[in-house]
Amino acid sequence: MRRWPVLLMLFALVALVAGGVFAGEAAPLATNEAVEKRLMAISEELRCLVCQNESIAGSQADLANDLRREIRKMIGEGKTDREILDFMVARYGDFVRYRPPVKPSTWALWGGPFILLAGGLGALVFFLRRRNRMAPPPILSEEQRRHAAALLDQSDT
Amino acid sequence: MTPELGHFALILAFVATLMQGVLPLIGAQRSQAQWIALARPAAQTHFLLLAFSFACLAQSFLANDFSVAYVAQNSNTQLPAIYRFAAVWGGHEGSLLLWVLMLSGWGAAVSVTSRQLPEVMVARVLAVLGLVSVGMLAFILFTSNPFARLLPAAAEGSDLNPLLQDPGLVFHPPMLYMGYVGFAVAFAFAIAALISGRLDAAWARWSRPWTTAAWCFLTIGIAMGSWWAYYELGWGGWWFWDPVENASFMPWLAGTALIHSLAITEKRGAFKNWTVLLAIAAFSLSLLGTFLVRSGVLTSVHAFASDPSRGVFILLLLGVVIGSSLALFAWRAPKVSAGGAFALVSRETMLLINNVLLVVATGSVLLGTLYPLLIDALGLGKLSVGPPYFNTVFVPVVVPLLMLIAVGPLARWKQADLRDMARRLRLSFVLALLAGIILPQLMGTWTPMTALGCLLAVWIASSTVFQIVERLKIGGGSAPTSFWGMHLAHFGIAVFVLGVTLVGGYQEEKDVRMQTGDVVSVGGYQLRLLSISAAPGPNYRASVGEFELSKNGRVLKTLHPEKRQYFSSQMPMTEAAIDAGFTRDIYVSLGEPLDQQGAWSVRVYFKPFVDWIWGGCLLMAAGGFLAVFDRRYRLRVKAAASLPASATA
Amino acid sequence: MKRFLLPLAAFAVLIGFLAIGLTRDPRDVPSPLIGKPAPAFTLPQLHDAAKSFSVADMKGRVWLLNVWASWCVACREEHPVLVEFAKTGQVPIIGLDYKDKVADARQWLDKLGNPYTLTAVDADGRVGIDYGVYGVPETYVIDKQGIIRMKHTGPITPESLNKKILPLVAELSR
Repeated sequence: MRRWPVLLMLFALVALVAGGVFAGEAAPLATNEAVEKRLMAISEELRCLVCQNESIAGSQADLANDLRREIRKMIGEGKTDREILDFMVARYGDFVRYRPPVKPSTWALWGGPFILLAGGLGALVFFLRRRNRMAPPPILSEEQRRHAAALLDQSDT
Repeated sequence: MTPELGHFALILAFVATLMQGVLPLIGAQRSQAQWIALARPAAQTHFLLLAFSFACLAQSFLANDFSVAYVAQNSNTQLPAIYRFAAVWGGHEGSLLLWVLMLSGWGAAVSVTSRQLPEVMVARVLAVLGLVSVGMLAFILFTSNPFARLLPAAAEGSDLNPLLQDPGLVFHPPMLYMGYVGFAVAFAFAIAALISGRLDAAWARWSRPWTTAAWCFLTIGIAMGSWWAYYELGWGGWWFWDPVENASFMPWLAGTALIHSLAITEKRGAFKNWTVLLAIAAFSLSLLGTFLVRSGVLTSVHAFASDPSRGVFILLLLGVVIGSSLALFAWRAPKVSAGGAFALVSRETMLLINNVLLVVATGSVLLGTLYPLLIDALGLGKLSVGPPYFNTVFVPVVVPLLMLIAVGPLARWKQADLRDMARRLRLSFVLALLAGIILPQLMGTWTPMTALGCLLAVWIASSTVFQIVERLKIGGGSAPTSFWGMHLAHFGIAVFVLGVTLVGGYQEEKDVRMQTGDVVSVGGYQLRLLSISAAPGPNYRASVGEFELSKNGRVLKTLHPEKRQYFSSQMPMTEAAIDAGFTRDIYVSLGEPLDQQGAWSVRVYFKPFVDWIWGGCLLMAAGGFLAVFDRRYRLRVKAAASLPASATA
Repeated sequence: MKRFLLPLAAFAVLIGFLAIGLTRDPRDVPSPLIGKPAPAFTLPQLHDAAKSFSVADMKGRVWLLNVWASWCVACREEHPVLVEFAKTGQVPIIGLDYKDKVADARQWLDKLGNPYTLTAVDADGRVGIDYGVYGVPETYVIDKQGIIRMKHTGPITPESLNKKILPLVAELSR
């Protein structure tokens, strides 16, 4: 898709000339696409406080518009993402971040899934080993295996 | 008069369900045939009364009876008839009525199709369903009566929330509730088995088709909700990790785990305790979702108007239903036998890993959803847990799960041969690797995430296809429908994963300012704004844009996105216009008028393969339905009862 | 077999948290600015654009900053309470007219009464952002050193005024 924009512009131009219609390529609301990309990335991580549960990127609320404008301005001033985020948190608190900061009160949040995963797999291994001790895996003779397979096929259908 | 009849039917239904919930249970304990025999007629009466009550409410809506408070709050004379009907479940009270109607419907269905099951079992199952319904009906009658009169009657209704005035409302909630409530059947089978102390493979076989059917409805319901949000909210996302979405996703994840563990329990008589616990969990999470959505403890895009007294009632209900089930579980589970033995490498182990991963995924979603509440309850401040968190923790859990889809079905029960499995996966492995390298390049840019997604999709899809081919060779061209069902569902996951990957990696988005005649290019397409004009609607006025979609100078289509202003609520609504296609959607939504010269802000998206997301979900559901109709579930009880003996031997 | 009781125990904990959750309002977000100096600003006054108001002007006094707008429905609800309270003259109330049109705002005050010592005009909402305003009306209690001591989100009711705001003001004025 990288080369496409150039081609697109060519196509658009050709279409315009061929059509003989005077019309311009629509002006992006942003003057700079890179700025806009960063704006989207940052504002997707921020909660719009007046809305029910929407990001500043998605919301059409007035405050969200203002904050997008503010972020755009800060990007223009050369602020880093970190600085912009700090700006928001200083005013609205951690509540504004959709990605909660890692701190003692969120250790359980960030660690929880991985502890669950480790615990779950650990329990599984423990359980399988104990079960194997209780009932050793069946070592079947060839005949028994055939018989079992036949039974299983029966129940499969 | 109609509302009073409806209310009366609701009260009678409450009485019927009390009988359904209590008498057969006592009868089953004391082996009293007459009381046992009450279960079926009570369940059917219960359903008919609720259906009548529901019809009364629908009639009040269609007749614009604004002397009914609920109708006055959620309807309007200008509202089109189809939405007046769907508005029945557009608010809290009516949607609860739909909830119990569906619960009674599932109960009636069990009562009709369970001739081959032991009478005592059926009596207990229907009784448990009845008891759940008693709680919900009490909730409706005491806190949320949809038939409450408004005196004096309102001259005009205050209208249905404009967000809900959409075909999505007609289908999405009924499907979703069918799923939520359907898990009550699996739950009832589990509780009935616990009460009887007869937890065996036959129980698993009986509850399997019901669980799968509920899961299918839930899958469709969630997919429709996602699609609705996609086109209605105007910013083209398909999943937001909103608490209400999570509330539907958690039972889905637990239900998926349940479907798989039921397979072990049915085939091998193993892990009965675990399966029972999952059945309780799936329905408990449905109930928890009901609580989260209706109590106002979490902020969400789609929450109902909340009322703390209702929250207290649902919480009590939650405590009684789930608490008593888990207590029963703690009492009965230690006596349950272990079931058939198996080797470390076997289908059983594969399914167990699947279960562990799915349960961890459920737990993670639960943790993230409730964490703001936990932190607040502990007085540690306010937090938001949103998409960046869920995406970060969910992916590492789900990737191994997806990997396993290709491997699991290859493993034999009891004891599988690793070398044999590796041999059969070789080609899939190569194809997946190639897909991971090449597909992202074809789409534009290679990134690790898109490579991973393409790799997983092809890994699952190819392994699934090879297994079908293998089976057809061996089986002489035929296989049971449940075999097709499983592979179709797995293939659906591959389609879903590819859709998610490609739209996530390669969508294009443009925010532009447009005047008549302006052109915007996105994803190789051009959109020209022809006009924006005012147009009247039945209960709103709209600004309708006319956009000409073309590619390489060839005009394909005209698109008409709208910005609506509803009269009654004065709420502005964005109706996006979408040109949906097999490989891409073009999505246009109108923003705001920018100046007096007629310029508007316009958002356009190019969304490659986005429809594969919902297509994949539909394939999953279709696979589930195939499995439901497998012949073996319709076998007589004797054949089923002989199974545990052979399986646990 | 204690392990079979684990699900029940976990569920009991969950129910406990949910019960506490019911008593909380998820929309009530505490301001991080409490205990911090009130962000400085200098803005034109509503009734005389030539004059300006800045936070430094209030040094040495306990005061209320009330964010309002003529388009804000909930402000209409709290306005009579403010008008009544202003008559007591206990503490100066500075209005911050947030994202509003000057003419509308003046007309609003003419019609409903003016409880404000003066009103500063925040036409583009930039100062509002510095104060973390997200739902008008909002009220800040600022002490003699210019530190924000409390923030009240939503309309002030006689109850919140008498139980929360006034005791704090009395304490700070001492």
